[in-house]
Amino acid sequence: MSDLRELYQQVILDHYKKPRNFQKLEGANRHAEGHNPLCGDQITVYLHMDGEVIREISFQGAGCAISQSAASLMTTALKGKTKAEAKELFARFHDMVTGEGNGADPMELGKLAVFCGVSEFPVRVKCASLPWHTMRAALEGQDDAVSTE
Amino acid sequence: MKHAHSRGGEQPCQDCLVGFGADKIREDFPILWTKVHGKPLVYLDNAATTQKPQVVLDALTRYYTEENSNVHRGVHFLSQVATQAYESGRTRVRQFLNAAHDREIIFTRGTTEGINLVAQSYGRKHLRAGDEVIISAMEHHSNIVPWQMVCEEKGAHLKVIPINDAGELLLDEYQRLLSDRTRLVSVVQVSNALGTVNPVSDIIGLAHSRGIPVMVDGAQAIPHMPVDVRALDCDFYAFSGHKLFGPTGIGVLYGKAELLEAMPPYQGGGDMISAVSFEKTVYNTLPYKFEAGTPNIAGTIGLAAAIEYLEKVGMHQIAAYEAELLAYGTELLTAIPGLHLIGTAKEKAGVLSFVLDGIHAHDIGTILDLDGVAVRAGHHCAMPVMKRFGVPATARASLAFYNTRADLDALAKAIHKAIEVFA
Repeated sequence: MSDLRELYQQVILDHYKKPRNFQKLEGANRHAEGHNPLCGDQITVYLHMDGEVIREISFQGAGCAISQSAASLMTTALKGKTKAEAKELFARFHDMVTGEGNGADPMELGKLAVFCGVSEFPVRVKCASLPWHTMRAALEGQDDAVSTE
Repeated sequence: MKHAHSRGGEQPCQDCLVGFGADKIREDFPILWTKVHGKPLVYLDNAATTQKPQVVLDALTRYYTEENSNVHRGVHFLSQVATQAYESGRTRVRQFLNAAHDREIIFTRGTTEGINLVAQSYGRKHLRAGDEVIISAMEHHSNIVPWQMVCEEKGAHLKVIPINDAGELLLDEYQRLLSDRTRLVSVVQVSNALGTVNPVSDIIGLAHSRGIPVMVDGAQAIPHMPVDVRALDCDFYAFSGHKLFGPTGIGVLYGKAELLEAMPPYQGGGDMISAVSFEKTVYNTLPYKFEAGTPNIAGTIGLAAAIEYLEKVGMHQIAAYEAELLAYGTELLTAIPGLHLIGTAKEKAGVLSFVLDGIHAHDIGTILDLDGVAVRAGHHCAMPVMKRFGVPATARASLAFYNTRADLDALAKAIHKAIEVFA
C-alpha cells in the first residue's frame, strides 16, 4: 500500500471529500473553465482580483480525487497572493508534480507538497495541474476553456 | 483441443468447457507472463486491444524474415510468395466469416476505416438532403462521427435508437424510426462500453423488410462469438484485427458483392486501378478497387494466423467459456457494496463496466494498476453512453478467453483495496 498512500495522502482524501472554497464566487471579476477530455475532469475557477492581489478564490467542478483536491488546496494556498506570486507557485508546483526542475525542496510548497507522489504517476500529472492551468487562464483573462489536450 | 461435440458444434458440450483449459491457453500468450509493479499482470482491458499468441508473433517474424516483398506486382519469386500469403489470408477471413466470395473481403486499417469507407463511398453516393441514417445510442464514436460527417455534407439526418436503463436497444422505437427516408442502418453488435449483445438479426430483418441495407460494427463481437455474415444477412460488417488477437493496423470490411460493385472507390492510388491515363482511369475489380496503395501485408498474415489459432480453440467454446466467466465476474462485483454495474442487459459479452460510490473511475484505474490489474478508466470513446447513464466515466474490465476466475478474484481484491483507501 506504500505507493498508494504516497499518492492518496490523507490530506488529499480529506480535500476530495470536503473540498474548500467549493462554490460560485459572488463578485468574481475573473473566471475560467478547464477540462480534461481524457477522463472527463472539469473545473471552473473564480477569482476576485483587487488590482494585482487575489482577494478571493473559489472553484466548482467534478472529477477524480487528484484534480478536485488539487483545486481545493490551490484555493487555500492562493488567497491573498499577488498575480506574480501565484504564477511562481504554479511553476514550482508544476516542477514538483512532473519531477522536473532543480530539485527544490517540496517543503517550500507547504501543504501543496502532498502532491509530490504524483510525479511517480505520469498519467495523473494532468489531473493535478488542471486546476492550476485553469487558474492561470482566469488570471490572464482568457475567455476560451482550458483543455489538457 | 478439437474433438467431436455432442450437438454438432452448435452448442458447446460439457466436455468442451471442462477441457477448455484457460491455463494451458495462457502459455500461448507470452505477454501474460509480464510483471507490472512487481505483480503478475492481470490483463482485463481486452475491449481496448487483445494480446497476441506466439503463433501470430512467429507469423510476423517469418514473413519479414523469409517472405517480405510487395504484392500483386512482381514476377519475381518473393513477390509471388507474398501475394500468395496475402491472398490466402483473405480466403481465411472469408471462411471465418462464412462470406460467399473472397472479393467481398476488403482489408482496411481497422473498424474505423471500414465504417468511414462505407460512409464516404456508399453514403455519399446514396444520401440526399432530408434522407436519414439510423444508428443507436450505444455506438462507439467511430460509428457516430463518420455518419455525422456525411450527413452534414448531404443535408441528411442522423436518427438514434434509444436504450433502456439496462443498456438494451428499444426495438419498438427502432421500428418507429424506420421510414421512407431511411437509407442505411448502422449498429454495433456488442457495445464496448456496456457489453450489450444487440439482436442484430432482428434489426437487419426489420430494415430489409423495407429494402434498407444494414452495416454492423463487429469490433467487440468478433473476439467473443462465432460470426456468420450470411446467416446474419448483414450488408456490411467491419472489425479490427488487433481486437481479434492479431496485429494493429489491419482490419476487415465485409460487404455484399452487389453493393460493393456499385460503390465508387474510397481512395485512389496504386493497386485499385486496372488502367490509368491522364484522360481516364479504369478502376480495378473487387476487392482491389477498395485497397489503394501497398496494403498491410504483414498485418494480414498476422490476422490470418490469429484466426487459424482461434479456429483451433473454437469460437463456440470461447463464447461458452466467457459466458461462464462473465457470470462469475458479475456475481463477484455486484456483491461489492457501493459498486454499480453500468450495462446490465440480459444478453452481454465480455464487459464489466462499473462505478463506485465516492471514487472516480480514474482513481480506481490507478489503484488497480498498482496491483497489476489493467482496466480501462474513462468514457470508452462512447461519450453519449456516459451521458445516458449520467456518469462522467466508468472503470471497465473486459474479458478474453485467456482470462480466468483468478483474474476476476484479483480484480475484486483490488477494488476492495480502493474502497479501503477512500474509506
